[in-house]
Amino acid sequence: MDTSHHDGYEHTAVSTHREGFPWKDIIGLVLSLALTFTSLHIVLTHALPIGALITAIVVLAVFQLFVQLFLFMHLTEKTGTRSNIGAMAFGLFVAFTIVAGSIWIMAFNSSSS
Amino acid sequence: MLPRYFYNFSTFMSMFPHNYLIYGADVSIVGATALIIFVLTYFKKWKWLWDNWITTVDHKRIGIMYILAAFAMFFRGGTDGLLMRTQLALPNLHFLSAQHYDEIFTTHGTIMILFMAMPMLIGLINVAVPLQIGARDVAFPYLNAISFWTFFFGAMLFNISFVFGGSPDAGWTSYAPLSELQFDPGPGENYYLLGLQLAGIGTIATGVNFLVTILKMRAPGMTLMKMPQFTWATLITSIIIIFAFPVLTVALALLTIDRLAGAHFFTIAAGGMPMMWVNLFWIWGHPEVYIVILPAFGILSDVISTFSGKKIFGYTAMVVSLAAIAALSFTVWVHHFFTMGAGAAVNSFFGVSTMLIAIPTGVKIFNWLFTMYRGRIRFTTPMLWALAFIPTFVVGGMTGVMLAVAPADYQYHNSYFLVSHFHYVLIGGTVFGAFAGIYYWWPKMFGHKLNERLGRWHVGTFVLFFNMTFFPMYIVGLMGMTRRMYTYPSGLGWTALNLIETIGAFGQGASMMIMAVNIVRSIKFGERDVTGDIWDGRTLEWSTTSPAAEYNFSVLPQVTSVDEWWEEKKRGVVRPDHATFKPIHMPNNSGWPFLIGLSFFIAGFGLVFNWWLSAIVGALGIITFLFLRSFDYNTDHYIPVDEVKRVEAAAGR
Amino acid sequence: MAYSIPSDDHEHAIDTSGPLEYSTEENKLKILGFWVFLGAEFVLFSCLFATYIVLHGNTAGGPTSQQLYDVNGFMTETMLLLVSSFTSGLAIHAMRNNQKNQMIVWWIITMGLGAGFVGMEISEFVHYVSIGATISRSAFLSGFFTLVGTHGAHVTLGFFWMLSILIQIIRKGITPITARKAFVVSLYWHFLDVVWIFIFTVVYLTGKVV
Repeated sequence: MDTSHHDGYEHTAVSTHREGFPWKDIIGLVLSLALTFTSLHIVLTHALPIGALITAIVVLAVFQLFVQLFLFMHLTEKTGTRSNIGAMAFGLFVAFTIVAGSIWIMAFNSSSS
Repeated sequence: MLPRYFYNFSTFMSMFPHNYLIYGADVSIVGATALIIFVLTYFKKWKWLWDNWITTVDHKRIGIMYILAAFAMFFRGGTDGLLMRTQLALPNLHFLSAQHYDEIFTTHGTIMILFMAMPMLIGLINVAVPLQIGARDVAFPYLNAISFWTFFFGAMLFNISFVFGGSPDAGWTSYAPLSELQFDPGPGENYYLLGLQLAGIGTIATGVNFLVTILKMRAPGMTLMKMPQFTWATLITSIIIIFAFPVLTVALALLTIDRLAGAHFFTIAAGGMPMMWVNLFWIWGHPEVYIVILPAFGILSDVISTFSGKKIFGYTAMVVSLAAIAALSFTVWVHHFFTMGAGAAVNSFFGVSTMLIAIPTGVKIFNWLFTMYRGRIRFTTPMLWALAFIPTFVVGGMTGVMLAVAPADYQYHNSYFLVSHFHYVLIGGTVFGAFAGIYYWWPKMFGHKLNERLGRWHVGTFVLFFNMTFFPMYIVGLMGMTRRMYTYPSGLGWTALNLIETIGAFGQGASMMIMAVNIVRSIKFGERDVTGDIWDGRTLEWSTTSPAAEYNFSVLPQVTSVDEWWEEKKRGVVRPDHATFKPIHMPNNSGWPFLIGLSFFIAGFGLVFNWWLSAIVGALGIITFLFLRSFDYNTDHYIPVDEVKRVEAAAGR
Repeated sequence: MAYSIPSDDHEHAIDTSGPLEYSTEENKLKILGFWVFLGAEFVLFSCLFATYIVLHGNTAGGPTSQQLYDVNGFMTETMLLLVSSFTSGLAIHAMRNNQKNQMIVWWIITMGLGAGFVGMEISEFVHYVSIGATISRSAFLSGFFTLVGTHGAHVTLGFFWMLSILIQIIRKGITPITARKAFVVSLYWHFLDVVWIFIFTVVYLTGKVV
């Protein structure tokens, strides 16, 4: 199938770009493991009252989200556009609105009855 | 109180049980299909159809197919509307049975919003936006074809419901628990869920496609703040689509799982919460309203600017308003169900956020007026639609603010007042805007204008009959007539108003016939567009030929200002030198998108009837075609310089 | 309007100074398009989360989350997916250094970990169904199976997608096109790990305490 004229560049293009030791990935893994086990530890030991406990583990999850976005997914890598950051930011805004809004609105069951 | 012959009329109509209507529709569908097959075969057009349309990845052709499909759906949805108005013309009519009436208002609403308004606007976006930004194509032409075919097959799946198995009948909002299996057995509701699901997938892909196209493929020099207003509106609309449509996907999927797999999301039993459906539906549903109005705003901005001979007034304010509307649109959804009984805090918050939207919308209205102020106005058909739009939309918008007052909404909720409000914004806004766009870009699509005199008749009669149909609804609404009422007793003072509404509705139908005549007549007699700039336009789509060549621009334009083409004409037009032409890189046509759409249809049809074999076959088809495409590396070609020279020379350039 | 000639065919010029997946204009478009799609996926999952949270307490006399969830099981699943996110990052790292064989090794390890994750999730579901905790038992379980199942279906799809890219890498080597395809799959895979972090936190950990 690959008979088109781009055959030429398809097979010869080699980037001069090189990357060194994958520090970012390793730091990302270590941080992710630390955050995961911290959450687990808090839950198994019931270290905090229930409300504070859930807040704490959600905050830790949000930290881990940023670890993945910046260290694994290279969100801020120079690609000639910042639009991907905008897409993530607005996506997170809408996602937050939906989750928080739904919980607030659907609490009507307990408040009004 | 009524003359006797009205009663005779109602007895006459009740002699036709609804089945006859459906049989009649069945016969006409079979007849029309047979006729199409015969014509295509007789004139040996099958190959032409496949090569030029079904496999096309050209945004202009895809746009035209969207618009054609939207007009077909307009006809279907309009017929539903006329049937409803016939049923409600007089008290105690039994022209339709209650069940049939439920089906008709469900399909009317669903089709008009999702299969008419959206594809009409997406069609115009496809036709105009790449031309406006000086691009050769969209970012993902192949994906664009997939979008179209999933929409098309979604619409077909929804429309075959009344032929096979029965139409959905739970309203276009399909509120649970009424739409659950327990209260609504039969395939009708499944058609709704799966038809919308298919179309929704295509819409998300369109959103991604146009966002990336506009962000990354603008002609050199066209900064964001030099884009035409319609392009801005499309950019903002794409963002809303991308973040709102996944919510519909989830809502539909959950109700489908309830119905097919016996889950308990929205049931009454086993802890389900019907109101969660309402919540999810409107998280999508409110942004959806802006998805169908913002492109219309964009069209009107361009039309008003062109025919006033002036740059749009307050360009930056127009852009900021669009962005503000988009952000706010995600924070207002509860105003659709104030009466659910959430706490005072919830209703207050969402009431206020709703009213805030009136601010950016008001800014836009004033800017349109200021654009016309001291302009040299040309009263062309597109401009007449724009002029009709402004007062109509203001009426619709202001009654919207009334509905946003939560305590008062307890009175208006689900009354004809609401019905009138959303028809004023959806017809007065979206449909008037779309018609302005159709008349405006018709020469760009087909190379000839629609007749102006018939166009003026179309605007005049449509606006008149529109108001005749919907203004009385505000009044009967305040008098207590509720939405989705199948029939009503006499003596409530509603009769005369309802009769006027029905006459108005048929008037709108007749007005659309003027447009149909205009379209057919103009194929032969319409004024030819030989310059590519028949309106003396301002933006880049008018700098190329009409219709534009496959590659849009022989050489990409270099942009220095807003209304680039207008500035260029003032400086003196310099056509590109043939010596500077280079081979143009274009995507290949592909049959996969059609086959993927067809596979979705087969899978969807299987799920409607719980025929798992058909569902699995369709799903395997989708996966197979996606994989085959992934392994296909021969996806594009170059148009040689000689070919470009030949096409340009033929256009006199 | 002056007509610029050099910009005319910028779409297919190859820029070899940066990573290969960004070397053509078309690749940049597709990568941005995929990021935007991931934004849409965030919203999709947020709806499933909202539904699960709202329905969490509605167990209708059936099993509760505290009774069902098994700490060892979901911790193992978490480790498998977290490490696979890391190894897919290493595969892309090797790809950027044009080390095809090393890339393939990390790629296959990633797929193996992904398959292990899916296998564990299927056995978890089978176990729940076997003790009567089915999707139609209660609203809570409807929400659970749909949220976690949708994620699992995404991982399964990702596995087969990776397989198809693996074949293309083996057949064609690391080219601008295959590099872009591999990079896009890796973004998808990291994204699925992000979703899992929230499932781990909001579904499993919270489900053990509330």
